[in-house]
Amino acid sequence: MSAPVQELTRKDFVSDQDVRWCPGCGDYAILGAVQNVLPKLGVPKENIVMVSGIGCSSRFPFYVNTFGFHTVHGRAPTVASGLRCANPDLDVWMITGDGDGFSIGGNHMMHLLRRNLRIKVLLFNNRIYGLTKGQYSPTSPPGLKTKSTPFGSIDTPVNPCSVALGSEASFVARSSDKSVKHLQGVLEAAHAHKGTAFVEILQNCVIFNDGTWDHVTGKEVRDDSQLLLEHGKPLRFGANKGIRMNAFEPEVVTLGENGVTEADLMVHDAHRTDPSYAFLLSRLGFQGRDTPLPMGVLRQVERPCYEDALTAETKAATDKAAAKGIGLADMYRGFGKVSTWDVG
Amino acid sequence: MTSTDIIDKPSSKPVQTLERVVIRFAGDSGDGVQTIGDQLGLSSAVAGNDIATLPDFPAEIRAPAGTVYGVSGFQLQFGADATLTAGDEPDVLVAFNPAALKRHLEDLPEGRVLIVDPENFSDRNLKLASYAENPLLDDSLKAWQLHSVPITKLTVETLKALDITGKAAKRCANFFALGLTYWIYSRPLEPTLRFLNDKFKNKPEVIAANTAALKAGYHYGETAEAFQCRYEVPAAENAEPGTYRSVNGNQALAMGLVTAANKANLELFFAGYPITPASDLLHNLASLRALGAKTFQAEDEIAAIGVAIGASYGGALGITASSGPGIALKGEFMGLANAVELPLIVVNVQRGGPSTGLPTKMEQSDLLQALHGRHGESPLPVVAASSPADAFEAGIEAARIAITWRTPVMLLCDGNIAFGTEPWKIPDPDTIPAIDANKQGPTENFRPYSRDDKLARPWAVPGTPGLEHRVGGIEREDGTGNISYDPDNHQYMTDLRAAKVAKVADSYAPLTIDGEQNGKLLVLTWGSPFGPVSTAVRRVHSAGASVGHVHLRNLWPLPNDLGEILGRFERVLVPENNTGQLSTLIRAKYLIDAKGFNQVRGLPFKVSDVEAAILAAVEEQA
Repeated sequence: MSAPVQELTRKDFVSDQDVRWCPGCGDYAILGAVQNVLPKLGVPKENIVMVSGIGCSSRFPFYVNTFGFHTVHGRAPTVASGLRCANPDLDVWMITGDGDGFSIGGNHMMHLLRRNLRIKVLLFNNRIYGLTKGQYSPTSPPGLKTKSTPFGSIDTPVNPCSVALGSEASFVARSSDKSVKHLQGVLEAAHAHKGTAFVEILQNCVIFNDGTWDHVTGKEVRDDSQLLLEHGKPLRFGANKGIRMNAFEPEVVTLGENGVTEADLMVHDAHRTDPSYAFLLSRLGFQGRDTPLPMGVLRQVERPCYEDALTAETKAATDKAAAKGIGLADMYRGFGKVSTWDVG
Repeated sequence: MTSTDIIDKPSSKPVQTLERVVIRFAGDSGDGVQTIGDQLGLSSAVAGNDIATLPDFPAEIRAPAGTVYGVSGFQLQFGADATLTAGDEPDVLVAFNPAALKRHLEDLPEGRVLIVDPENFSDRNLKLASYAENPLLDDSLKAWQLHSVPITKLTVETLKALDITGKAAKRCANFFALGLTYWIYSRPLEPTLRFLNDKFKNKPEVIAANTAALKAGYHYGETAEAFQCRYEVPAAENAEPGTYRSVNGNQALAMGLVTAANKANLELFFAGYPITPASDLLHNLASLRALGAKTFQAEDEIAAIGVAIGASYGGALGITASSGPGIALKGEFMGLANAVELPLIVVNVQRGGPSTGLPTKMEQSDLLQALHGRHGESPLPVVAASSPADAFEAGIEAARIAITWRTPVMLLCDGNIAFGTEPWKIPDPDTIPAIDANKQGPTENFRPYSRDDKLARPWAVPGTPGLEHRVGGIEREDGTGNISYDPDNHQYMTDLRAAKVAKVADSYAPLTIDGEQNGKLLVLTWGSPFGPVSTAVRRVHSAGASVGHVHLRNLWPLPNDLGEILGRFERVLVPENNTGQLSTLIRAKYLIDAKGFNQVRGLPFKVSDVEAAILAAVEEQA
């Protein structure tokens, strides 16, 4: 039973623990954004649970004055899933990183997304292993020189949003630690979503991968390198650029050049049932493509949640049993389907 | 004609009384050997005998027909008194094909009954079983009472009147064989007819065909000249009065866990990943939704325990189950459960190892893994079931400890318990004690790592106002639960976790000693050797040997009174289906010269082997 919702403020969500991230870490901005959003949600504090794996980002729950569970490396989706199934009234947020969520925990991420449990997944993507002091991660760009790749990474990175979409995600969004207002808007949209809400947050590691997203988030370049998505609006960016479909390839066009007008541009539709369009979006700006990186909600569709089905199925079965007065004694007798015999 | 007609008709043949009978069926994996084995067990139990069964099947689902490695077996013992094992050696072997004969004949002592179906001894099947000559046509089987019964042929002829294909008719041959067995041993047909009617409710033609085959087999015994005599095994007299049913260990455990959750007023939440021989727990619990059991088939073993921990954190009784390889994968999460001190049951249905090992065979080789198979100092209580029916009690005991002490508990079963069946006295649910989950209610200034008189911490479920707190794998400060790297705190918390688990032993019932209360030899067991070892100890004890037997339900912490009992005997013998794990533990903990008697053959002990080991230990010169 929860008390009536009181007016909560940001301060209510600040824990008494010292924040131990490095000065200048992008995590501070994300923590601030979450603490700004939580009071607006109308959810009693005791119903909010932060579940994390292991890594710098996964220390997050210790700094938020709600329930928090710092679990094991890569496995936060499993604990969060069990929690939602056992108690579907809870507001569950999962904090993970590129190594936690897409390397050691990649399998669980895929299954969480396809089951569509109502959990907000915040993926802090700094393209590096920070807590273990600087090894390349599954999202690191090719050629990145780190302690474990002194000659430059020879690995092919994953695209978190593409993988999420390939895993049947019903909500996929992207934001960054450098645009807190935008991030807050995305977090509110994620919270409103009924299903797993996957949010990739571009985040800077000031110690081991400083400036890894500067080509996207830098003040001088961001207008031209980010495609801010708005449902129902044409895909426009920069002063006068946009995205047009050319056969099966999206291409960058300049409005006013070669007769291109806004009517030629693709119009963002986050609610398409088929994920192909969202997948196409997720490929923009990935790995050296000269297209801008989409920011905002790539996809948001409604589909059933696993825990709702489990709850409904269990309730239907137990209600039926209760109506018939079926209990333990009936179970012991195999509900009348097994043979019994009497002795003495 | 009903089965009553058959049974009521007086037999023209003499009836001899036997104390106990051991029957083994063997055939192709698809021959339905397990099904008729179960039925014979059920029928014998309903007839009032005590029974124990041992299925023996290959890991392959339908290995190529006729091959030796595709042979599936089922052994059953029914007796007029306590029957704790499926028997050392069969009195009767029913071998459906040459491969089954090849595989099992060596276990059948000479002079005993061998029933075969000659139609299945085709050139092709003989070749598959590497027989150069048909053993039915030479003298090679003359040492046994051989009955060549045209089982398949007679089944097909019987079913000609029904509108089914020849292939479908052949599939009923197992019920013909079962019917013959029922005649020979004077078993009632009703339980099997009832089974057929339930199982094939929507397939009346299958009910009709199998019923006809069963009755034809029964009639055959009466009319065939080869069978000159039938037998009866009187009802067991020492069984406790009550209503009984037959259970296997995975069924009993599922019901025990549901009962425990009910008695603690908790939701049962089971998460598992398919693995032999533990999958049936997932199946059984999934079929118990009506009693509130929620089940979750996870993407892997690690996810299964993570989901169970998440459910416990959310206030449910989280349970996961696996076998050795899967338990190894769950190790890291067991460490977390130990650190955050949440109730959790981890069931290990042990099988032969290491690695894939013997997936369908029993072994007890995960005891030390259960005790020590985690990183760091992470002691957890370990409980073991001793027989199929006992798995019910073991499940309740594991839940009681997990809930009361907010700790992960390892519950050990094995393939023998999981698949074996025995009669189970149906309990009165009202006599089963309640378990106090004692969840923390709303409060102020909450301290998540405070302690009660059992040293357990509060179960603080999200959603409860005022309890907001953070937990995790990083060492927690005493009282607050905040992250702490303080050396003294880690020492204190490590000692505290060990002391908490040690206190569980204060809640055990006193140990009981079967046989001598002190003297020459104490036989100490855990797990499924309970059956053969109890039988062996009773035999040698009644023959005058100075032997006592203690069976352990709780393997960690060890019972407080065990040390004193060990001291009452000159010697200690520990029979185990491993290379000596409990004996190692006993030697280390009590500094005594405990000896092991160890076998890892994928099979339970034979009573005669244990008897010999006990006598050797008693007579050994000091």
